[in-house]
Amino acid sequence: MAKREAKKAKYSKEQLLGFYTTQVRIRAFEEHAAECFTKGMLAGNIHLSIGQEAAEAGAFAAIQPQDYFTSTHRGHGHVIARGGDPKLAMAELFGKRTGYCKGKGGSMHIADMAKMNHLGANGIVGAGQCISAGSALASKIMGDDAVTVGCFGDGSTNEGSFHESLNMAATWKLPMVWFIENNCYGVSTEIHRVTNTPDLATRAAAYNVEYAVVDGTDVIAVHEAMLKAMEHARSGKGPYVVEAKVYRYQGHYCGDPAVYRPKEYMENALANDSIEKTGKLCLAAGATQDELDAIKAAAQAEMDEAVKFADESPYPDPSEVTDDMYSADNERCVAR
Amino acid sequence: MSKKITVSKAIREGLLEEMRRDDKVFIMGEDMAVMGNVFAITTGFLEEFGPNRVIDTPISEEGFCGMGVGAAMRGMKPVIELMYNDFITEAADPIFNQAAKLKYMSGGQCSIPLVLRLPMGSGRRNAGQHSQSLEALACHFPGLKVVCPSNAEDAKGLIKAAIRDPDPVIVFEHKLLYAHKEEIPEEEYITPIGEAKVRREGKDITIITWSREVNFAMDAAKSLEAEGIDAEVLDLRTLVPVDWDAIKASVSKTHNVIIVSEEVKRGSYAGELSAQIAEELFDELDAPVERVCGLNIVSPFSPVLEDENFPHPETIAAAVKRVLNK
Repeated sequence: MAKREAKKAKYSKEQLLGFYTTQVRIRAFEEHAAECFTKGMLAGNIHLSIGQEAAEAGAFAAIQPQDYFTSTHRGHGHVIARGGDPKLAMAELFGKRTGYCKGKGGSMHIADMAKMNHLGANGIVGAGQCISAGSALASKIMGDDAVTVGCFGDGSTNEGSFHESLNMAATWKLPMVWFIENNCYGVSTEIHRVTNTPDLATRAAAYNVEYAVVDGTDVIAVHEAMLKAMEHARSGKGPYVVEAKVYRYQGHYCGDPAVYRPKEYMENALANDSIEKTGKLCLAAGATQDELDAIKAAAQAEMDEAVKFADESPYPDPSEVTDDMYSADNERCVAR
Repeated sequence: MSKKITVSKAIREGLLEEMRRDDKVFIMGEDMAVMGNVFAITTGFLEEFGPNRVIDTPISEEGFCGMGVGAAMRGMKPVIELMYNDFITEAADPIFNQAAKLKYMSGGQCSIPLVLRLPMGSGRRNAGQHSQSLEALACHFPGLKVVCPSNAEDAKGLIKAAIRDPDPVIVFEHKLLYAHKEEIPEEEYITPIGEAKVRREGKDITIITWSREVNFAMDAAKSLEAEGIDAEVLDLRTLVPVDWDAIKASVSKTHNVIIVSEEVKRGSYAGELSAQIAEELFDELDAPVERVCGLNIVSPFSPVLEDENFPHPETIAAAVKRVLNK
């Protein structure tokens, strides 16, 4: 306990406020998105990261600008944590032309290859694991020093893609970090009803890969595990798996009442609310409650602006429907 | 100047030239490096290009095809082989949901310059899971380009074009063509994607076909000539994007069409072409379009049964005569 407290003391007030700000911005983005969804301003479904903010803030603070990442259907938090523009993300949720993907991807498929090195959120559970490993392979072949981080949920560790790509990445010592946010539920199915290991990252041992299991509501624990993992991957020692145990406050999608969950799940979640926990660290490091309140107010204003931008942005023109299918000979390829 | 080499050597030459030209090109697949491929297409590549660019994979088709997609998004040009096109079912997600879709879904942010080589086709007595012709499956998914060479010259020219193309290209290579020895140009060349070629000019009927069936169509046309029937053989070479101008020109000249492929007839690309011709060139037709394909069955093992399951020159000639009412 004393050791842990000493570790936290290493972090300056500014660093801690940085984590806090990212967490608060993720939650504010998600709450704004949820409100828009409830009001019927969004089509389709959205999957919210509320409850996973500390894991995402801690992890992404360990990722360097030259690094790459992939994300999941629950990927808004990764975009905010990576420094993405909430306006462009919100506009994508709205299906607007100003969105990250010109409205062609939506909530589950935000990508930003040029600025964020974000190779895309993905609607197919587990698909990003192979794509991340391929990006890591590209780094190895080209000899750059980028690490690729694959962000995944608990459910994808039961996909063949997890095992196939982890095996190859381990064998070829690819610079990749698997970052698993384990919120214990694949839609309605509790992970331990369908999985025989208490932790998921321990499966890495089967491939002779190092791993860590951390409390995903503890931003410092996640950050330090990820720093170690990134250093490991960058130094040519091969992949690393980090599992952060998190809570998913909402159901699978926005509007899912999650009646399949015992009430203790949310009681535990709220008792371990990661924003409150990081807020306490900030206060202990000398921040004032006014500073924390100001961060929250700024995040609210920022996301109000993002919603306004998205709402006022134009939809794509229907004539754009066949654009961007192919890089060469697009017209002929889509014609017949 | 020309030289005579096998189809497999022609493909090998195409790969070799492109790998020497562009260090972003790399090869990945089962038994591609140390063994140099089951059809000897990549023998010696490991020695020349090293283990980073010639990669033996484990038997993990979803994994390594997905990795090809990720590497392509980073600007690499992976050339991946699945040992048989039948194994595409193991890699369905990376090819059909990822390679084909990520450009569009990202609003055009990336290209996926991935080449997937798929040895296909029946006649090698390998039974139902190693003998299919699955081009219709690849053609179904928007985002992919699909080529099916029928000879050594095109096999080389199209693999080179596929590697240089910014989009994912599926190359169907018929296994029974690999050993064919044919003339190809000495000098460097490319066979453009999306251009069909008239292999034999004729005025009575158009036989639209691709891959190994081109040879059978040519044999059929020869035998029909003796009976006074002048058949045109149109080798599509590329299925997506299909060379509609070539189809239209030929059909407008002959006014009769059969479409020949080894595919399962139901849901075949031959059927798709038939529908397009019926929709758009109806006024040009003197008779209904006929599809000449495989049966709606699993590819059988026994040679006697397997030979029933793909069109032969005699089958094609008979279909021509049916359509021409002769």
